[in-house]
Amino acid sequence: MLLKKLSELKGTSGAEKAVRDTLREEIAPWVDSISVDKIGNLIATKKGSEPAPEILLTAHMDEVALMITEITPDGFLKFRSVGLIDPRILVSKPVQISGINGVIGAKAIHLQKPKERQHALKLEQLYIDIGAKSQEEANKHVKLGDYAYFMTKFESLGSGFFKGKAFDDRVGCYIITEILKKNFNLALVAAFTVQEEVGLRGAKVAAYHLKPDFALVLEGTISADMAHLEEEDWVTELGKGPAISIQDRTTLYNPQLIRQVVNLAKEKGIPFQFRRDSRGDNDAGKIHSSREGIPTLSISVPCRYIHSSVSLVKQEDIDHTIQLVEEILQAIPDHFKF
Amino acid sequence: MENERVKHAKEFLKLLSGHHGVSGYESLIAPLVIQEFQSSAEEVKTDRFGNIYALKKGETGRYKIMLAAHMDEIGLMVKKIDPRGFLCFTTIGGVDQRTLLSQEVIIHGRQPITGVIGSMPPHLVQGDGEDGNEAVKIEDMGIDVGLTHEEIQKVIQVGDIITFKRSPLELLGGLIAGKSLDDRAGVVVMQICLQELHRLYHAHDVIAVTTTQEEIGLRGALTSAYTLNPDLAIAIDVTHAATPDTMGQVSIELGKGPAIALGPNIHPRVYESLSEAAQNARIPFQIEPIAGMTGTDAWAIQVAQAGVPTGLLSIPLRYMHTSVETIDMQDVINSGLLLAHFIASLPEDLEGSLCY
Repeated sequence: MLLKKLSELKGTSGAEKAVRDTLREEIAPWVDSISVDKIGNLIATKKGSEPAPEILLTAHMDEVALMITEITPDGFLKFRSVGLIDPRILVSKPVQISGINGVIGAKAIHLQKPKERQHALKLEQLYIDIGAKSQEEANKHVKLGDYAYFMTKFESLGSGFFKGKAFDDRVGCYIITEILKKNFNLALVAAFTVQEEVGLRGAKVAAYHLKPDFALVLEGTISADMAHLEEEDWVTELGKGPAISIQDRTTLYNPQLIRQVVNLAKEKGIPFQFRRDSRGDNDAGKIHSSREGIPTLSISVPCRYIHSSVSLVKQEDIDHTIQLVEEILQAIPDHFKF
Repeated sequence: MENERVKHAKEFLKLLSGHHGVSGYESLIAPLVIQEFQSSAEEVKTDRFGNIYALKKGETGRYKIMLAAHMDEIGLMVKKIDPRGFLCFTTIGGVDQRTLLSQEVIIHGRQPITGVIGSMPPHLVQGDGEDGNEAVKIEDMGIDVGLTHEEIQKVIQVGDIITFKRSPLELLGGLIAGKSLDDRAGVVVMQICLQELHRLYHAHDVIAVTTTQEEIGLRGALTSAYTLNPDLAIAIDVTHAATPDTMGQVSIELGKGPAIALGPNIHPRVYESLSEAAQNARIPFQIEPIAGMTGTDAWAIQVAQAGVPTGLLSIPLRYMHTSVETIDMQDVINSGLLLAHFIASLPEDLEGSLCY
């Protein structure tokens, strides 16, 4: 299953090779050209019956992970996070670094003062234990700058959910791959971007050189519909369909475009929801403001426990997102204008 | 020890680590223990408290040596099912709330069900506010099983136990990391000991007891020591091994051999005999002075019936009570061999040798 494969691949910002290679192989039979640009974005084109307008679909390949920044004299690894990770989720987790296993342990509860348990462990206090007895031994297996990844297995969970890592944004990569398998009259260009998690870097470059007429960003986005939180804090909710962004940290989406998607979804009976928070951002931030400005929308699969070692998505949300994207592409240019 | 046996011991440890048995619910793991001990003991039986006894007879059988390692692990328990289907939970044994976020768990309901202890999206956690600096409290966590309240009713109920979903993994240098190595590693030590005793002359009967409910108050040791009323007992447990964040608190190190305890919980002759046996067999060991309560089965056994001369052998372990407890397999093997040599070294007149 492609989503499983993508979820379990290791590829953080600046190190997306494994994801890029897999996607290239997956999309090859369905597209007219494939290339990799100077920053590492994977670009694919699919001709339509008319050369214009050209529609850009993007999803980022990178995931959050850890980078090894120091090997201590006793052979432990210190690290920093690549992208946004709450250090509190790192405690008591296994990780994999360059093919070897490691664990992020923590001082035993027996050795703590009761007050210590109330305070979160900070990133600086954490380290990875790979079993090396010295810096010299560790050096044989790990280099500074290597990345450590969560080892979470992709599996079905409950009724219709998937659990795994890196759904942000392998779920977007998966959706675009599925879309590329279908035929449209439009000229499509797909950009699987790099370095979204460290500042939307790949998208900036791709938008500039691709110059699309319209861009659609496919994401895995924040859902906080979790235990103990009230509905107003959920941002998005799993099982309620694709989330259409209105405003986030770097983009104010065009209301006319949003309205057209809403009307289309209603007309076709596809469930949808709005992304109800302005925190967080995505590749749209760099795309919509590229050159003279590019009409851009973000449609996302809600993702619980995003940016942690284990997230959840719902199958029906993925299916409905694919359906909605398909309808939008079919409605262009006559029934969907930008 | 031959490679084949080392490999087998490692596989047995991984098997036990990957399975589940929270205090009071050891029946899940007991069959694995019983099956394994049947290969090395003459008789394996259980009691009404869930303790498992594996008997290896000695040549004279005049005295009874009890070995004890606990098979229970810490865990969680379903406290409430909220209207949206999230599970609230409480702890069984000493669980650090800071190790729980973003963990995969198994709820032992009508059937085993996978769940996730959810974490807040970091985008919504204020960087410098109180949120990110404070540990998330257990009462603010919830387990997500991807089911609605109605669906859950059919498979999970309040009171069901929860364990961590963690496959053991190998680190460099023969280190193993995983959950509940405390004290499944001790169970493996006893098995190595019984196997080794097949090659050594030993006068006294040895009863290896895998005890229950240690994590919540040494209760299996209390009842099994009463039942056996042994002439000498050794508890096998794990002890904290040094890591960068335990400076000044921990002196025992991983890979430097089993730790032999001494102090009020330990009969001085037993401590001496264990150290002598290690020296004679050229097995590396570390000395672990414990000023009072050892927090192990040894504490309960020592005062069973009219009192039992007791010793404590500990396997160094990092990150105790997390799901990534880490041990050195060589320490496990050395502990097993040391125990066997110690038992073989005991004089026929055991009682005399234990006089103060």
